[in-house]
This record gives sequence, C-alpha cells and structure tokens, in this order.
Amino acid sequence: MIMRATIGALLLAGTALCAPAAWAQDVQRGGTLNFTAPYGSSVGTLDITASAEVQTEIVAHAMHRSLYKWNPETGKPEPDLFTDVTISDDGLVYTYKLRDDAVFHNDKPFTADDVIYSYNRIATPATASPSANFISRIKGFEDVQGGSATEMSGLKKIDNHTLEITFTASQDPGFDLMQNYVPIYPSNVEGDTQATQPVGLGPFRFVEHVPGSRVSFERFEGFFGEDDQPYLDRLNILIMGEAAARDVAFRNQEIDVSVLGSQQYQEYQADPDLSKGLLEVAELFTRVVGFDTTKPPFDDKRVRQAVNYGIDKDLIIDRLVKGKAFPAVGFMPTTSPAFDPDAQGYAYDPEKAKALLEEAGHADGIDLPVIANQNESWGAPIVEAIIPMLAKANIRASVEPVENAVLEDRITAGNFTAFIWSLSSGPDPLNILRCFYSKTAQSACNYTKFSNPEVDKLYEAAQQERDEAKRNDLIRQADGIIREEAPYWFFNYNKAVMAHQPWVHGLRGNPQELAIQDYDKIWIDDTAPADRKPQ
Amino acid sequence: MGRYILRRLLQMIPTLLAVAALIFLIFSVLPGSFAGTMTGGGRRALSPELVAQINAQFGLDKPLPVRFWDYLVRLAQFDLGTSFRTREPVVDLIAARIWPSLQLALSAMALAVTVGIPLGFLAAMRPGSLLDSITMIGAVSGLSMPQFWLGLLLMYVFALQLGWLPSFGYGDGRLRNLILPAIALGFAPLALLARTTRAGVLEVMGSDHIRTAMAKGTSPAQMIRWHVLRNVMVLIVTTLGLQIGSLLGQALVIEKLFSWPGLGSLMVDSVAIRDIPVVQGTILVIVLWFLVINVLVDVIYAVIDPRISLR
Repeated sequence: MIMRATIGALLLAGTALCAPAAWAQDVQRGGTLNFTAPYGSSVGTLDITASAEVQTEIVAHAMHRSLYKWNPETGKPEPDLFTDVTISDDGLVYTYKLRDDAVFHNDKPFTADDVIYSYNRIATPATASPSANFISRIKGFEDVQGGSATEMSGLKKIDNHTLEITFTASQDPGFDLMQNYVPIYPSNVEGDTQATQPVGLGPFRFVEHVPGSRVSFERFEGFFGEDDQPYLDRLNILIMGEAAARDVAFRNQEIDVSVLGSQQYQEYQADPDLSKGLLEVAELFTRVVGFDTTKPPFDDKRVRQAVNYGIDKDLIIDRLVKGKAFPAVGFMPTTSPAFDPDAQGYAYDPEKAKALLEEAGHADGIDLPVIANQNESWGAPIVEAIIPMLAKANIRASVEPVENAVLEDRITAGNFTAFIWSLSSGPDPLNILRCFYSKTAQSACNYTKFSNPEVDKLYEAAQQERDEAKRNDLIRQADGIIREEAPYWFFNYNKAVMAHQPWVHGLRGNPQELAIQDYDKIWIDDTAPADRKPQ
Repeated sequence: MGRYILRRLLQMIPTLLAVAALIFLIFSVLPGSFAGTMTGGGRRALSPELVAQINAQFGLDKPLPVRFWDYLVRLAQFDLGTSFRTREPVVDLIAARIWPSLQLALSAMALAVTVGIPLGFLAAMRPGSLLDSITMIGAVSGLSMPQFWLGLLLMYVFALQLGWLPSFGYGDGRLRNLILPAIALGFAPLALLARTTRAGVLEVMGSDHIRTAMAKGTSPAQMIRWHVLRNVMVLIVTTLGLQIGSLLGQALVIEKLFSWPGLGSLMVDSVAIRDIPVVQGTILVIVLWFLVINVLVDVIYAVIDPRISLR
C-alpha cells in the first residue's frame, strides 16, 4: 500500500503539480529550448508515418498534430483537431466537427480532405506504414490493404469541416487516433516530401535537420487556438544517444533537459542542486520475462508461477536498477485505469517455488534459457542477477545475449523458450488486453502464445462494453487471471526520470513516454544562459 | 605514373566487388531483420501484414541470389539502393554525412602530423632526455587510452571545468565544435606517429651514411634535411597512410560520443536496425577511402624516394 501511495505521489508530482507550480510564476515568452532525443545517434526519417521509433516521435510531436491528443493528467485522449463529436447509437459512426481555425505550416487551411488524405495514405500498402495498425478499425481498411480499393469507405466528408468516420468496432478510437504516429498531413503536399521537408499543423515549424546532430524548429505563428500559442521562439532537438555525453552537456548547461538512466538517477538524486530538477513518472511499460506457454515445461502454470516466486524482484530493483522502477504486481501497471489496487503480486518464496516445481513433476529442476539484449534495466544484467536466486528454487536459468534487432526478431517469430523485454502496457487497457486474446497473432503482441477461454470471454465482453467503468472492471478481472496464469515473470514498471534545468517550466510527466513533451506548454525564464533566454 | 595510377584505380574494382559481396552475404545470414524492429522496442504490435509489406517494398521477399544480382546491377550503376529506415536514396544519406566525417578525420590527422612528427624528431635528437621520456610516456598513453574515455576526459576538462569549448554537437561545422572530437580521435595516431618517427630517426641516425656525413662536417640542419628526413619519410608516409585510411571507420565511437554527424554513427545506427543498404553503402565508402589513400601513398613513395619506381 505504501508503494502504491508513493507511485500516486510521484504521478501527482510528475503531472498535476509540475505544471501548476510552473504557472505560479510569471510565464515568459521567447527563448530557445535545447531538448534532447536520447534514443540513438540519429533520427531515421522526419516522416513519422514511416517509422516506429520514439526518436522520430520526439521530433514529430513538435510539428504535427493528430485528430485527438493525449492528456497525461486524465490519462485519456481528448479532442485536438475537432471541437465536437457525435457518436451513433451502435458506437460505430463518429461525426466530427473539425476545427476551422487550424492552418498548416504552408498556410493551407485544415479541412476534412486532409484527414481523409492522411489516413488513406497510411492505409495504402505501398507506403508499408507501421502506423497502419492505428487506423485498422476504420471501415474499408482491409479493402485498401488488400488492394481492392484505394480509399477507405469509412471516411466520408460531409463538408469542409465535418467528417464522418465509420469504424468496424465500437471501441473508443481516441487511443489510436491520438497517436503521434497518425498525424494529419496537408493534402496539397506530396507525402514523400514529409521525410525531408515536413509540413504539419503543430506548434513549431521545421527549420533544419543536421543528420545525426540536431533538428531545429521555430515557433509557428499560425498555430491554432488563442490559449495554445507556444511560448518558445525556437526549439532544438539535439540527438544525443550517449548517456555520459548527455550528463556532461547537462551539467555544463548546454542542454535544458536530459533523460536519465539508473546510474545517473542515483548520482543526480545525491546531488543537492541536480536533485531539485528531477521529473519522475511511472511509465506505462511493464518489464517481464516471457515464457513460451505452449512449450514444456512452461505450458504448466505451476512452473511459470514457480519462476515468479523464485525471484526477489525488490532486491534487484534496489541494487541493480537503483530504485528506478516499481515492483510489478501483474501486467497492468499502477498507472493503468484497469489496475487492481487490491491485487497481490508474487512474493519472494523459493521454498514455494520448489514445491510448485515438485508438484508439477519437476523435482529435478528445470532449465530456463532466456534471450536478452544488453539493456541495464531489462536485459542480460538482470538475467545474470536472477540466476543464483532461481538456482535456490532448482531452476537452472541461463542467459543468451543477443543484439536488440535479433531479440525483437526472435520474439516476434516465436523463436525462444523465454525472453526478457520491456512491453508497452498502456495507455488503452483494452488494447493491452488484446495481447492476451488467443486470436491475436503471436507476432502481433501475444508473444507468449497465451490462451485462456476466460480471458477471451472477458476481452470480447470488454470490447462490446461502452461504459468505461464497467469495461475497466472486465479488464481488471482478466488481468487477475493473467496474473494467476503467469505467462510472464512480472518484474517492474518503469520509473522514467527526466532532469531539467531550473529555468525550464511546463514539463509534464507523460506516463506514455516521458521524452515526449508538449513543447508548446514549455517556457523558460530569464535565468537561462544568454544565448537561449527570452529577450 | 599516369598509367600506374589508372591501373591501381582499376584494381580497386575487384576489391570493392569482393567487399560488397562479403557484406551482402554476411548481412543476409545475420539474424535480425528490419521488419522485426518495427515493434519500436516492445511498444507496439507488429502485424504479419506489415512485415509482408515491408519485405515486398524492399525486395526482401525475393530469393537470395535474385537479391544479390539486383544489388550488383544497381551497384554497377552507382546506385547504393534505398534506406529501409528513411526510405531515401542511400547516396543522399551518405552525402549528408561524408563532409563531417572528412572534416573530423582530416582535422585529427592534421593534429597528429603537426604535433606527432616534430615531437618524434625532437625526442630522437635527444634520446634519453626529459623531452624524450615525456614524449614516449605520452605516446604509450595515447596508444593505450580508449578513445571513449579520452573523449569524456576532454569534455570534462575543456567543457565542464574550463568552459572553453562545447562538449558536443556539430554546431554547423564550427571550429570550436570540431576541436575536442578531433583531439580525441587524433591522439592515438599522433602517438603512433611520434613513436614511429622517433624509431625511424634513431635508426637512420645510427646508419653508416650519417656517420660519414657527420665526419665530412655536414651541419646538423643539412644532415636532417638531406639525409635523415628523406630516409625516414617512407616510414612516416606508410604509417600516415594506414592511419588516414582507417580513421573514417575508427571515428564511430567519437562520433557517437560527441553527437558528430559522420558516417560511423550512421553505420552503427543502421546495423542496429538492420538497415542493410545503408550499412553496405557506408562500408563501401569507407573501404573506397582506404583504397584511394593507399594509391596516394604509393604515388608519394615514388616522389620522396627515387629508388622506388612505379610500374
């Protein structure tokens, strides 16, 4: 209970408190923010619809807008490019009243044509867009993907600012259509040019991309909404994949924010000055060891439970992850609306683990080969740490280190006995539950080949349920069964930490991904270095 | 000499083809695929349809021999293919990175040459002196110190403590952004050149013709210029050539550390995400650079040592 209270307090600090504390001061306009993109030494493409990388998303969020937007405070999608929506009784037809004050960076007014163009472009097989999943519930998607149509029949323009979208399921489309990966592009610009000369509806206009170094933006004066005008004059997103280099640059005040790893988190916490500028949030990621539940001995839930009982996750989080994580109770994280606050996780109990193994007919113990990449918080170092713990429970764990690309390939191909990974566990709990639905393809996120008739029934019922509270209740029940069935060793929920300089205000604790910030809400005061402070 | 250069340039073609074939085969059998990385690191579901579309778009659904033949045909037309990741021509990606890479490599070598060779000479002129000892300790340190660590050290001292230089970034190619990465990259070749020069000069100084020249009363300046320098130059040029040739490939650690937008960091990122056309393209450029430098070194041999003839 104390842990949950701490998480709640953290979230509060990360979201609700952070922004109001900033607004309590006089907001200052102007200046330049040096933000960092920490996930690699380049940005692949500026066309977010051709990428699945967070690095690209960090850049895209500055210059694009989607139909919906994510509100980290409420944990729900809310309107962004529309002012009103009418939903049919069966929950399948949404009629959107689009904003009439939005303008693209090339001065083209935003209309229904742009939404239709953008979604059809993503659906076209020729673009091979990884964003296609997010619009797959629009009627006619399958026809476009199959080549029998070039436009989705579910997209209908009523007038310039009224759009009707017909979906094939009554699930809330907001979670999908708020994604930065499904932005609205102007229909009068060739889609391919978005990779080098992006044009969007976002608060910042693209200025320059120095590959491998930075992407620069300037404030877009035509950004919609009186209250939504960005404060900053300029925004530089600096590509800095190396944590040690980020650390020096941050301490040297060359960058305004930095995402911290576990080692740096400990050092920054211990520093009286640096510790004042830490923004922490429990992200919607669950770190797990996944088992192939069809492969003996892991087709027996007692064996999977034995692994859960056989590991002291608190000790690992404390010593190895340096406290930069929250022990997992089950798959749904504490920040999910479907999280069960009364749920009990697996306590460390090697004797119980041994007993379960014996009961399952494995008195001689079992082998547990785990494929892992080199990530310090959910990779080979963690597996190395659990080996001696599991040995006490008669489980002979071993690690097979592989490169990240190999790990992803083997997991999605089902080529493993067990793997360790960090999996998205939000924001839409129904979408997450889909990954435990037996009809979901193994490669499409049912990585453990999980199959449970009760969970299937609950998922199907939740899909049909329009009432959010009842739907979450169904998902909560399913999560309880999943916890009991233990297709994963539930390790931890990530605690993301961002360090920011004292002159930076308006950062928000986004539990989806802390590095994705609403740049239009950020402002800097005049204590910033001379080359960046507001003039 | 013109014929010699032409012949050497033509000889590069089979080497490049062999390298291209080797890279192609290695990355064809290496586990991991570009489509697999579309999960965004466990952030999203990967549909089988998307995998099929990506493989179809980039021709990855074709048999290996067909893909290899297509690759060779494109290569013969100087087409390095299209990046899986950015969906732009690989040539464009390399073109954007080649100048920063050359800037860094040539600056590092300029530093190594202007400091390393004179230091080696001075140390050899006074063997056993304090200068000689300091130079050799520095040379050993320079050769054994990991680039990454040296880079961090430079950042810490010159950016964080002294505040003289920026700790990272390209900064539109400004000199102040170039200094730290160039020193970090150039320190090892500097040390090697100093050591090689010292050893070469000491060897020449101990030879009979130098003793004869000294006995004839040749002044030290003349002796260095006419007898020592010319003799030791072949050794220095050989070392220099090897270092310049390999520097483009070696720079990747420094490029990543300093957020320098060169070919090395592009290659590393591309390997990680299995963007094979970019990996092939960058490796080919690095190999080409190495081969061209080798030809240049051979030509310079003939210029500085008349005993070497180019046939």
